[in-house]
Amino acid sequence: MSTRSFGEPVRRNEDRRLLTGQALFIDDVELPGMLHAALLRSQVAHANIVRIDVAKALQRPGVVAVYTAADLGDYWRPGPLLVPPPPIPGIVFNERTQVPLAKHKVRHVGEPLAIVIAESRYIAEDALDDIEVELESLGAVVDLEAALGKASPLVHDDIGSNVSAQVHQAKGNYAAAQARAGCVIRRRFRYEHGASSPIETRGVVAQWDGRGNQLTVWDTTQAPVFIRNGLAAMLNLNERQVRVIAPFVGGGFGPKIMMFYPEEVLLPWISIKLNRPIKWIEDRLEHFFATTQERGQIHDAEMALTADGKILGVRDVFLHDGGAYDPYGLTVPINSQCTLLGPYVVPAYDSTFTALFTNLPIVTPYRGAGRQHGVFVMERLLDLAAHELGIDRAEIRRRNLIPPDAFPYDNEIIFQDFAPLQYDSGNYEPVLDMALEAIGYGTFKDQQTRARAEGRHLGVGVACYVEGTGIGPYEGAKVQVQSNGKVSIATGIGTQGQGHFTSFAQIAAEQLGVAVTDVDVVTGDTDQFYWGAGTFASRGAVVAGNAVNEASRAVRQKALKLAGELFECAETDLVIEDGKVSIVGIPEKFVTLGDLARQANPMRGAVKPGTEPGLESTQYFGPPRGATANGVHAIIVEVDPRTFDMKILKYVVVHDCGTVINPMILAGQIHGGVAQGIGNAFYEKLSFDDQGQLLNASLADYLLPTALEVPRMELGHTVTKSPLNPMGIKGAGEAGAIPVGPLVAQAIEDALGLPARGVELLEIPLSPSRLFELTKGAKPLP
Amino acid sequence: MDADRHDVTLTVNGVAYRRNVESRLLLSDFLRHDLALAGTHVGCEHGVCGACTVLLDGLPVRSCLMLAVQANNHELKTVEGLAGTDGAYHPLQQAMHDHHGLQCGYCTPGILMTMTAFLDEHAAPSEDEVREALSGNLCRCTGYQNIVDAVMAAAMRMRS
Repeated sequence: MSTRSFGEPVRRNEDRRLLTGQALFIDDVELPGMLHAALLRSQVAHANIVRIDVAKALQRPGVVAVYTAADLGDYWRPGPLLVPPPPIPGIVFNERTQVPLAKHKVRHVGEPLAIVIAESRYIAEDALDDIEVELESLGAVVDLEAALGKASPLVHDDIGSNVSAQVHQAKGNYAAAQARAGCVIRRRFRYEHGASSPIETRGVVAQWDGRGNQLTVWDTTQAPVFIRNGLAAMLNLNERQVRVIAPFVGGGFGPKIMMFYPEEVLLPWISIKLNRPIKWIEDRLEHFFATTQERGQIHDAEMALTADGKILGVRDVFLHDGGAYDPYGLTVPINSQCTLLGPYVVPAYDSTFTALFTNLPIVTPYRGAGRQHGVFVMERLLDLAAHELGIDRAEIRRRNLIPPDAFPYDNEIIFQDFAPLQYDSGNYEPVLDMALEAIGYGTFKDQQTRARAEGRHLGVGVACYVEGTGIGPYEGAKVQVQSNGKVSIATGIGTQGQGHFTSFAQIAAEQLGVAVTDVDVVTGDTDQFYWGAGTFASRGAVVAGNAVNEASRAVRQKALKLAGELFECAETDLVIEDGKVSIVGIPEKFVTLGDLARQANPMRGAVKPGTEPGLESTQYFGPPRGATANGVHAIIVEVDPRTFDMKILKYVVVHDCGTVINPMILAGQIHGGVAQGIGNAFYEKLSFDDQGQLLNASLADYLLPTALEVPRMELGHTVTKSPLNPMGIKGAGEAGAIPVGPLVAQAIEDALGLPARGVELLEIPLSPSRLFELTKGAKPLP
Repeated sequence: MDADRHDVTLTVNGVAYRRNVESRLLLSDFLRHDLALAGTHVGCEHGVCGACTVLLDGLPVRSCLMLAVQANNHELKTVEGLAGTDGAYHPLQQAMHDHHGLQCGYCTPGILMTMTAFLDEHAAPSEDEVREALSGNLCRCTGYQNIVDAVMAAAMRMRS
């Protein structure tokens, strides 16, 4: 029976393979004659390379080859610029992309110096110890403000400074706004985001088939089509000769889309050289340096308001730590700049950022992708203004929300997709109301007072955000009815746990009247689907989902046409359900989709001119610009005033991402995002010393939240459809992670009565020890 | 090569294996690459994430912190051995499916092994006990809530 599945919490098609240990992950790829790679990585953040001697390593039994930059010849070149700078007037951008193996100079700890290929990973790692390296240490650029100083060492000497980019964007006239303000709040904010830390690290397997003249690469990438195209170009192969497969991928969260990672460049080239398959799997220590991460920004921000708490304008100047290279362009700081504006009417905005090169691992988007930094600044400014003006924290937000009749709402600056930052649709106030209701905001003061009488310190927080999602350029999908009546879908994006095998199946099932379990989805194999961009920016469901919908609709039309000819009736007299096309009211007069698919591919006779064989269609979808989702998170925390341990007593998320395909999968996305947000706010800090050494590069020291730290979450949804795609979908992948920092800071301040004690929490991550430092010397608790 | 090698005899999921291995070979690598039981996943190789958890004589252990030779003459169970021979899910596998307790699924085998052992010892656990037991396994996708619900549901089903 095919019952309606679209919009329902349908259980996932992909679960069985994952639950029984049968899903293919990268390290499960085993090939005859396979060799193994290990990389020698710099232990120094900034140094000239004096000498690398691999002779001893080559003598070790089982070692097949060792390569340094010098051995790569013409193949050595800086990687491509993944995202060029947006067309913003006056923009400064110094492109310096990463290299496959360091030559002359190393620019961050973990940058690869040499690669060993051996009969086993154990031998390859043994051989790393055989390589002699002489480095001449240079001072490390770590501190953002010092990086701008005249005396600072230079990460890229030829630029003459450590500036990666400078961007100024503005709307309205901030100076005029400030001149007539009743209140101006000015603070310095520091926000650090961390390492995405998927439980599966990265990996690459490359297999050159000399007889077939074909390269196959298994890669944990989020963007297999781009990897295929880039590899073909680098290796001087036709794109058809390169097949990239992103198998089951154990979490991505952004950094698995960076490209090209050195290993993605090196393994295919070496596999061709040696005519043997090669595997490299990143270990957890490497992951802390060799996979991209997010880090810090320092904002000097100012908000001008009327005396009754209406925002007149915001001015912000910030520094962004980009790390040693900038292959991902300006996506992260542009997201910070744009997302800061949030769901609020901000008549004047003046924002300038300087992105800096540092001798630290490369920064590229990690779930939220800079949005957190901007939202922190905006939400904290509102809290400070509320305190200053004596307005309730929720009330000051309500007073500034963009009203529902103001959409589409134009913020007049350029977003990461190069399109104007224009919010497509939204209805913000009901979302705030639902969140306040669910957290019990109205009665919290009583609850707080009662708890305080028992010696317990409770605090409440509420934070709003918008999220630009579902950006272009496009995705495609091929939908095909198989001769057994089952439906197959292929799309070019990769999948890392988002449930695409099910949500895309639901979309096709809705159009084609089949069971969701009868729809087989293939993602991330360039031989199954040739075109596409990738899984990032909360865009999979929006962009690929709409492509699946278009292709499914086209197949439906074909099926109706064929069945209409068969039954000699009008298409409007036909109904598709339960895998059959039948005449309305005469259910015994039917033809199965499988039979139609076979008839559409006849052995004899002729396929009519202007028609195609098969019951299939390939369609593409590209939105004009991103769809803007929004939400409100609310929290109640209890803080121990002596140990500063924080316990989350209640957590509420109310969210609007337009049409929902599968509420169960959506809830999972929100839960996971919030968990990462909690880690970011309170537990996860990448602690680099002034030499650029990461002091906590293990999961025992870099603390991912466990089941004891992540609370039960209560979710609410409203639906404001996006007018930018036929299904009305907005993305949801990053929403959970975005506003947790300011939310936690606000609630802790409330719990410990910090505003009255002269302490402001203007930074993330917090932690018990950091709270101890920040409150030292504060006025005592009342 | 003069690496010292040893014969190892053990059973995994009821099947007997005999292999000759290097003394330094990790149990996780042995299971995954020598026995082709790749359902056991490796996340950190320093015993924190729990993805590689298997049952050694019925008790959960981190296979990345053990050498294959240490498993000599022992009985192991991995995720491949959880479902019935007819493919029927273990109640916890069924509950994980029903409650959306997995997303990317990479940490899932370790969680299944840890929590099936827990359920064998705790027929009626509280949510706090489930969270405590689960806290040695890291999951980066789910926020744990649905896993906790799945374990509670599996406990109830196993009691009835």
